[in-house]
Amino acid sequence: MATTASAPAYAPVESYVGESGLWSWLTTVDHKRIGALYLFTALFFFLVGGVEAGLIRWQLAQPNGHVLSAEAYNQMFTMHGTTMIFLAIMPLSAAFFNYLIPLQIGARDVAFPRLNAFSYWVYLFGAIFMNASWFVGAAPNGGWFGYAPLTTYQFSPGLNIDFWVIGLQILGVSSLAAAFNFITTIINMRAPGMSLMRMPMFTWNAFVVQFLLVLAFPVITIALVFLQFDRFFGTQFYEIAAGADPLLWQHLFWVFGHPEVYILILPAFGLTSEIIPVFSRKPIFGYPVMVYATMLIAFLGFGVWAHHMFAVGMGPIGDTVFGVTTLLIAIPTGVKIFNWIFTMWGGSLKFTTAMLFAIALVGEFTIGGISGVMHASPPADLQQTDTYFIVAHFHYVLFGGSMMGIFGGIYFYFPKIIGRMLDEGLGKLHFWITFVGMNLTFFPMHFSGLYGMPRRIYQYEPNQGWDTFNMMSSVGTAILMLGTSVFIWNFFKSIKSGKIAGNDPWGGGTLEWLIPSPPPEYNFAQIPRVTSRYPAWDVKSPGLTAEVPHSHRGDGRIDVDVASKHTADGHPGAGHEPEQAAEAAPHIEIATGKSAKDLGIPMPNPTIKPMFCAGGMVIMFTGLLAYHTTTPRPALALAVILSGAMIMVVSLYAWVLTPLEDHH
Amino acid sequence: MSHALASTHDEHAHGGHPPTSTGLDHKKVAIWAFIGSECMLFVSLISTYLIYKGRSRVGPFPHEACLPPVCATALKPILNIPVTSASTFVLLMSSLAMVLALAAVEMKDQPKHTFGERLLGNSKLWLFMTAVLGTTFLGFQAFEFTSFVHEGLTIRTNLFGSSFFTLTGFHGAHVTAGVLWLLTLLAIDMRRGLGPKDALNVDLCALYWHFVDVVWIAIFTLVYLIK
Repeated sequence: MATTASAPAYAPVESYVGESGLWSWLTTVDHKRIGALYLFTALFFFLVGGVEAGLIRWQLAQPNGHVLSAEAYNQMFTMHGTTMIFLAIMPLSAAFFNYLIPLQIGARDVAFPRLNAFSYWVYLFGAIFMNASWFVGAAPNGGWFGYAPLTTYQFSPGLNIDFWVIGLQILGVSSLAAAFNFITTIINMRAPGMSLMRMPMFTWNAFVVQFLLVLAFPVITIALVFLQFDRFFGTQFYEIAAGADPLLWQHLFWVFGHPEVYILILPAFGLTSEIIPVFSRKPIFGYPVMVYATMLIAFLGFGVWAHHMFAVGMGPIGDTVFGVTTLLIAIPTGVKIFNWIFTMWGGSLKFTTAMLFAIALVGEFTIGGISGVMHASPPADLQQTDTYFIVAHFHYVLFGGSMMGIFGGIYFYFPKIIGRMLDEGLGKLHFWITFVGMNLTFFPMHFSGLYGMPRRIYQYEPNQGWDTFNMMSSVGTAILMLGTSVFIWNFFKSIKSGKIAGNDPWGGGTLEWLIPSPPPEYNFAQIPRVTSRYPAWDVKSPGLTAEVPHSHRGDGRIDVDVASKHTADGHPGAGHEPEQAAEAAPHIEIATGKSAKDLGIPMPNPTIKPMFCAGGMVIMFTGLLAYHTTTPRPALALAVILSGAMIMVVSLYAWVLTPLEDHH
Repeated sequence: MSHALASTHDEHAHGGHPPTSTGLDHKKVAIWAFIGSECMLFVSLISTYLIYKGRSRVGPFPHEACLPPVCATALKPILNIPVTSASTFVLLMSSLAMVLALAAVEMKDQPKHTFGERLLGNSKLWLFMTAVLGTTFLGFQAFEFTSFVHEGLTIRTNLFGSSFFTLTGFHGAHVTAGVLWLLTLLAIDMRRGLGPKDALNVDLCALYWHFVDVVWIAIFTLVYLIK
């Protein structure tokens, strides 16, 4: 442990190994363990979604493919989209929210640790529920957007859509519960000195995403409720013959769906905004502008939904308004791109795997962003809509953007989470294979799309100018799968035998790099006091933060005035240091290798109740399946729903009436 | 400096947590986020109701009579505004009772001399009154739903029926959850007595209850009063 002049402004501790074993994972309320659960589960479903993509591309590799039937193809592309969005990318982002937010703001856990566990279990059970549809041969088949009236009982009488509509309801509960939790955590649990404008960029992006979740998910919840009621109880929300508006679903869905796009990309932007400064050895360029750009993207994101609907004929005014708002959103997004470039400009760049993925995000997302600006224009969109050009566009933003950012985040934070490094050689191999595979898969789709190839067709006739491009895309997918295999190999190999990481393998600037890897259960033996946007650089490399605003709003905690250590040339001065070391040292001694109990830090008790509560809720939702209109079994449905509700309510009461932690 | 360290240790010794950044309790922040989310839920429901207003192909209709040949027999406008005004008044009064319940819990420790002070300071009474008024509102709703069904309007009849029953039913479900919450607080009050240290938990319930009340004012205005 450091006891020199560069001692941190609070006491770090040696890693404390907590309990292991299945029971400890089922009952954990530790945000780090829940983050790890999210990470592993979401990576599993990322592979599932990847296999689905592989089957789609196998089918489309050549004209008139025979790998999948038309029905199986519909299920495959529906579940590919649904899985990647709701079961892979969102929970991968949630893994980082869970793991990083408390560490980055200097907190010991989230505001509601048990609610956090509940969110994870609802996600897991919802994901299992959704995929259980494969085993009864009725996977959802109406597209991830589930357009009604196509998805009403009249046109989709199977159980397929029931699984989809109920599955999404379940997953929505998970996202909402997590969002309330993170909003409260970020508003209320920042360490002293961590003002909003000192929060790390990842936390800022995460914060904005939580507001998007809170405001967007209720809208799809209602759209899904209408669809459920139509399918099970005979309401007429989407019944055109009864006078229903055929655009009701589309409006409700996209009021949710467009903010959802930012829910998917902003966390990756946040990770990129952490990675680029560290490997450029420079603070992020234009921090306040980055923050405002994030907020502006989120705000405008609620006013652009109908650009998904230009083809339905909304008339010149609607088209113009939504075209213009969509073009506007390019401005704050472009600001971010330029800020990342200016952060790298003049920096001492280090091309680690994480940095390569982050730079790839900047480039690949820009390609997807530019094609997005193209179909912001209604006349252009009318040519491109429902073609592979759109598929190319959103895969450049979702794979080239979100997944590149998330891969970068995994390489960057794996050492913090596991305590060992991912292999950089294999990492770079993974990166280059993925980079080539991604562009080979998705770039030709621009051309097949412009040549008129429609989306969601399971076969196509030869000699329409699509054959070569489809073959290229399919070969690209095979390369992507190879790259992902390298990653999986690297991942599991490094968990077992990766190089020991140490506290700060990259020279990071935010608080998480000042504590051990993996961090002890309580994260910080003493709550840190933050004096600038880069508290770890203040301690370790003050030269880097000489230009960043500092202050020291006192609150009676350990008062290490980092700013005053700077002399005119931006290097640490001599004045205060021995004194600080003397003050910090005793704490380090107290904290070394101690458990929370030894330190008298109150920690929440592990509990199984959130899992039971989540399980009861999912059983309750499952009961709805028995209302299926073809063979309604109301007695069975009611029995299942009531027993699920009982498990939920009993465990909820038991949970709420039990204090979070023992009183000392 | 040393006293600062000492105070930090005292904090730990008492099993405390660092103070929150805003000074507000976590639960208070979370319930506002929850209420924000609920706003979008009801905005979606109310918007759908308004979009579908006047689009029903068959009766009964909310404010207009349905005459042959559109309906087989003539049907009166179905909304009963005097009765719903009464139930609205009941729900508004429940908010008053909720305010008194919270005040009574907050001032539990203060000495009470007169009958009036004892009456106002009786948290059990006001929690009970809030729950009773909420239940009365639900009774009105049950009466309304039943009479609509007798008059030929179900959730399957037309777009008005679908959107009306779903919107008001969702609101009713929220009132039901609120009543259960109130009864839970009442049970705790009976068992061990609620005091100022419980005021926050009562406050959370009160915020939720007032929110549900405000939503009803929007529904009453947009669905019942505006033709």
